[in-house]
Amino acid sequence: MALEAVKSGEGVLLLVPGNREVGGIMMTTKFETTFGSLGDFSKGELEIINDDPKNYVFSNIFDVASRSRPYEKVVVAINLGYVFETLRAEGTSTWFAAAHDEFAIVMDGVVAVDLVKLDAPDAVVPPGQRGAIAVEGTPVGRKMGYVKCKRGHQVLLPKGAAYRFRADKPGVILLQTVDGALSVHKWADICYK
Amino acid sequence: MSQTVNALEVKASPASNQTGYRSFELGSFAFSRDEYFAKVTWHVGGQKLSHVMSADAFLRAMMRDVAWGFFYGWVNFDPVIGTRNLYGKVELYAGAYHPAYKEKGLDLTETFDSREIMATFKAILDDWTNEGFDPFAAPDETDTTWVGKKNGNNRLAIERQRQACKRMPGLAGDAELRTDKNGYPVNRAFADVSQEEPEVHAEPGFEDEVHAFSLFAYLSRSDVTWNPSVSSVLERSLCCPTTEEYILPIKHGNDRVEWFIQLSDQIEWEIEDKQTGAPRAKVIMKAGDVAAMPADIRHQGYSKKRSMLLVWENATPGLPELYESGKLKPNPVEF
Ligand SMILES: [Fe+2]
Repeated sequence: MALEAVKSGEGVLLLVPGNREVGGIMMTTKFETTFGSLGDFSKGELEIINDDPKNYVFSNIFDVASRSRPYEKVVVAINLGYVFETLRAEGTSTWFAAAHDEFAIVMDGVVAVDLVKLDAPDAVVPPGQRGAIAVEGTPVGRKMGYVKCKRGHQVLLPKGAAYRFRADKPGVILLQTVDGALSVHKWADICYK
Repeated sequence: MSQTVNALEVKASPASNQTGYRSFELGSFAFSRDEYFAKVTWHVGGQKLSHVMSADAFLRAMMRDVAWGFFYGWVNFDPVIGTRNLYGKVELYAGAYHPAYKEKGLDLTETFDSREIMATFKAILDDWTNEGFDPFAAPDETDTTWVGKKNGNNRLAIERQRQACKRMPGLAGDAELRTDKNGYPVNRAFADVSQEEPEVHAEPGFEDEVHAFSLFAYLSRSDVTWNPSVSSVLERSLCCPTTEEYILPIKHGNDRVEWFIQLSDQIEWEIEDKQTGAPRAKVIMKAGDVAAMPADIRHQGYSKKRSMLLVWENATPGLPELYESGKLKPNPVEF
């Protein structure tokens, strides 16, 4: 690295990397917001002083999605049955349904969400069932419409509806839901140890 | 010392001839401020003890305690002063979670009805916050008018309501989305965040059920720092995203496990033992990172640039007792 000398006070020279205005240093207030993506993320760090790194269950959703199968529901956070799952959006998913609301946040890519109002929701998902289940074939009900989401967009997956995701290119979904039969726990593969 | 400010009987002094500020009493604790400092005084074992904080730090901390309704668990203003929420009652303490005070028996904890302590805290905030100083703002966004003698007030800032949805913002009858028109311009630090909303194509009759919004645009319009709103509710599972800049004005002591999902930029968290404040770890979170905050820690975040953080809470009643009794482990996952 090329260093240049910058005068700093009486008798002090700072050695700093080159390509920098000497003298009138400009401080501009231009903020750049950093989001992550499958193609560009960096995982943070744990600096342990007196602790077990496993206590922090520290993962990164883009790292997880980069190593997941399409629409694999990988649990990244759990709190007494409630979970956040990371899904790699790629192609068209199976249809899902749950006996409670769920919320999806698109964290990377463009993801379309198709929604169908189930004619017989209790027959598809037993009331009291926790988490989402896969709906065999095409769900029976009325088309509710679809939502096209980009990064940062949150969509309601309402109770009583079936839904599926479509993504032309790989993307990432963060899903607020409940731990269920399709939820995948692979903590040792995704967390700092 | 007996001017009744409202029906809940806040003990306040007349305004000081020297500084213009009132002093306050709550139980055996006394609160006063001068041009630079807030001071808390208590007596224990015949000894008088006092603790001083920079007035801006004190007001930022007290603002969070009030806005959050004492939050979950412990709100440490600093290593000495703080509150513990007992849900209906609130403990106010000095030195109770500081090993040196504790060891010498110089700590004091008193329990108050939540409404009583809230009334006192609100009265202190109201009296001690000068015009132009916004305790919710980042230092770069607000004046230094907290310095000096009493000079007006800033009720518009300190009486902001926390925005909590019932199911999801933007649904009929639920919390409003943020727009220029309703007073939520894009924050200077998020000027580059896309304001594009999702394309919603609802079939006739399903306009109220097919629903989406841009969470990132919503957060880019947050006018406060370190003050969670609620952006989705799944039974007791609450998403509480917030925008963070500079330092979390309190050290939060967990009475349950909470989780952080860093949505943008970076926050560095200092993690300490909840009881003693002994350092345990530093957690540096970047965009996309997910980390648990165990139930036996206190933590304080540092955010160099305003960032978006999704705080995820479990509001199930009775959790503090389950963690305190050891029925639930402080860490959420064994692997
Ligand atoms: Fe916290």
